[in-house]
Amino acid sequence: MRTLVCIKQVPDTKNIKIDPETNTLIRQGVESIVNPFDLFACEAALALKDQLGGTVTAMTMGPPQAESALREVMGLGVDDAGLLADQAFAGSDTWATSYTLAKGAEKLGPFDLIVCGKQAIDGDTAQVGPEMAARLNIPYVSFVRRIVSCDGQEMTVERLMDDGYDVVTFKLPALVTVVKEIGEVRVPSFKNKMKAKKCPVPVYGAADLGAEESSCGLEGSPTRVVRIFAPKPRDNREKWEGEPEELAVRVLKRLSADKIITAAID
Amino acid sequence: MNLTIDPEICTGCGSCEDTCPYEAIEVVDGLAVTNESCTLCGACVEVCPVEAITLPPKTAESQPDTGDYKGVWVFCEQRRGQLHSVGLELLGKGRELADQLGNELVAVIFGHNLDGMTPDLVRHGADKVLSVSDPALEHFTDDVYGQVLSSLIKEKKPEIVLCGATALGRSFFPGVAAMVGTGLTADCTELAIDPKNNQLLQTRPAFGGNIMATIVCPHHRPQMATVRPKVMRKPKPREDRGEIVDLRLPQGVEALSRVVDSIEETSQSALLAEAEIIVTAGRGIQDPKNLDLIRDLAELLGGAVGATRGVVDSGWIPYAHQVGQTGRTVSPKLYVAIGVSGAVQHVVGMQSSQVIVAVNNDPEASIFDVATYGLVGDLFEVVPAMIQRLKSAQGLG
Ligand SMILES: Cc1cc2nc3c(=O)[nH]c(=O)nc-3n(C[C@H](O)[C@H](O)[C@H](O)COP(=O)(O)OP(=O)(O)OC[C@H]3O[C@@H](n4cnc5c(N)ncnc54)[C@H](O)[C@@H]3O)c2cc1C
Ligand SMILES: Nc1ncnc2c1ncn2[C@@H]1O[C@H](COP(=O)(O)O)[C@@H](O)[C@H]1O
Repeated sequence: MRTLVCIKQVPDTKNIKIDPETNTLIRQGVESIVNPFDLFACEAALALKDQLGGTVTAMTMGPPQAESALREVMGLGVDDAGLLADQAFAGSDTWATSYTLAKGAEKLGPFDLIVCGKQAIDGDTAQVGPEMAARLNIPYVSFVRRIVSCDGQEMTVERLMDDGYDVVTFKLPALVTVVKEIGEVRVPSFKNKMKAKKCPVPVYGAADLGAEESSCGLEGSPTRVVRIFAPKPRDNREKWEGEPEELAVRVLKRLSADKIITAAID
Repeated sequence: MNLTIDPEICTGCGSCEDTCPYEAIEVVDGLAVTNESCTLCGACVEVCPVEAITLPPKTAESQPDTGDYKGVWVFCEQRRGQLHSVGLELLGKGRELADQLGNELVAVIFGHNLDGMTPDLVRHGADKVLSVSDPALEHFTDDVYGQVLSSLIKEKKPEIVLCGATALGRSFFPGVAAMVGTGLTADCTELAIDPKNNQLLQTRPAFGGNIMATIVCPHHRPQMATVRPKVMRKPKPREDRGEIVDLRLPQGVEALSRVVDSIEETSQSALLAEAEIIVTAGRGIQDPKNLDLIRDLAELLGGAVGATRGVVDSGWIPYAHQVGQTGRTVSPKLYVAIGVSGAVQHVVGMQSSQVIVAVNNDPEASIFDVATYGLVGDLFEVVPAMIQRLKSAQGLG
């Protein structure tokens, strides 16, 4: 069984703050991390490998330094990796990203299974996986919380829905995106970490993938960001200080008068 | 392609350097320069005080005439014969957009035996309902839903297609966008028509809610967007005056996957998403036994219990209660945050609540930036007083 995991290096959003005076992002101390959901994708792929044998390949599209993200997941036991890096890929929206990744999957493949994270924390779109599958014309299932069975030919999974879960069966090759319930991410081993240091990470540009430059990057992206701004503070905010009892009654009275709560407080 | 930084205009002030989320721009010898990490995200363009930075222009494309595409579609999800309310909410927004464009509003629904649900779509504003009822659509699969919707879009050419950002919508809609060959903006919190060129302005949070971005899809049609439940308001029902069109399953649809079982499970987190009132515990409660205070208050208010990740990670309450970026997004009528600091990852999950009450003893806590009513005080005094007052109001003592 050959599995591909798509991972993305993202800025650690917990450290990004808005400067209230200038309304701009403060980048100070922002590190790059492997998108947390993609570690679950690696875990899912590695668990299948433990069970069925085969190989796990990691792929990312990003700037040259995204190589460190690939090495990090090799520490978990991923066998090899490919970096899709080219100035032509800059400014990709999900459509152009999925185009490039689909080309990459063809180049590095063929694969029986492609695993993506549920979403990337910098964009939170959850689009790249499904778009990639549609481009490769293979079945896909999003938000997989459990792999029920897989024999290398056919796979059955539990897909998280808002009102419960569905059990879905499909033939390989296919793509799944996974949620954190898929299983706890293993700890990198010393042996794998050493191997990861030495393993070559080939870099592929648009030409190597046979990708049309006009379909990549900003050029190939149907969507465009026209404005970026700080979320506007809520209007009509009030901050009250005083005796606890007083505060409690005052807020309940207000909520009751505004019919936000049903209790009659007077 | 690179950013263009006009050396004549750039003052080397460094605003761009401070803003760039990718460390891709820095000031060297008094002039901003980019490196290969640049993803052309545009964050620096906005902050440059002298407008020295521009994104590369997009070369004109040989796109189909966008003028052929007309009408606003809303995909209305149903599960087990129940309409999801987000479809009705989107019909309200869709009505506004369609009226502004002077075009029709179309509701699209898939499933098997839909007649009981279609009139409701008309009552909520649809001029027309496209209803595809077939045993093959009884259970949701990405491939069949995706193929049917993309084939309808290719045939009828709508200008805008909206869908709820539910598990189902977030899963199959991106596949549709890829099959149709157009852009898609996920989880929009605002949709509007640009009066200058009739383009759909799609606003959504990015970078974990730290910034908002407005996105357009200038040269491709349809313009596709998803919106989370409870972000838009459900319109008041009105007199029927729409038309219901029954369509057959398009030719050539091929099932690639099969649902062998569908288990309904009203999870705690689903209850949370539906709750009208939520009382959330933050690490300020200090000890798991103090969750009783939160539970009592929630019960008296008729609400559900939420928690911050701080509380969940401490093992005080299961993950299903977590609100925020990695938990549930909620939008109740009333959100009461108790001992919650207001970290951005928490706030993105609750900021669209109608009224927010916060209790925190730190007057500088950032939760007060979003609280409608911020109570500066010790939760161990304020919350028992609230409980006491509610009990006496309900004749409980
Ligand atoms: C990738 C990522 C994703 C995340 N996702 C989420 C998420 O989904 N949801 C989430 O909630 N967090 C999330 N977080 C964590 C988030 O950054 C914060 O750490 C967390 O929300 C803080 O929880 P808290 O407010 O309970 O605790 P704290 O930040 O410790 O705040 C406790 C508050 O209680 C107040 N307090 C203390 N004693 C009292 C008292 N006696 N009376 C009144 N007030 C008192 C304090 O003043 C303080 O403001 C995420 C972080 C990352 C990095
Ligand atoms: N640049 C990228 N390189 C590799 N994988 C990616 C990239 N962007 C997104 N993905 C994959 O697609 C998933 C969803 O991303 P998104 O649609 O951006 O939320 C991620 O969890 C990754 O598995």
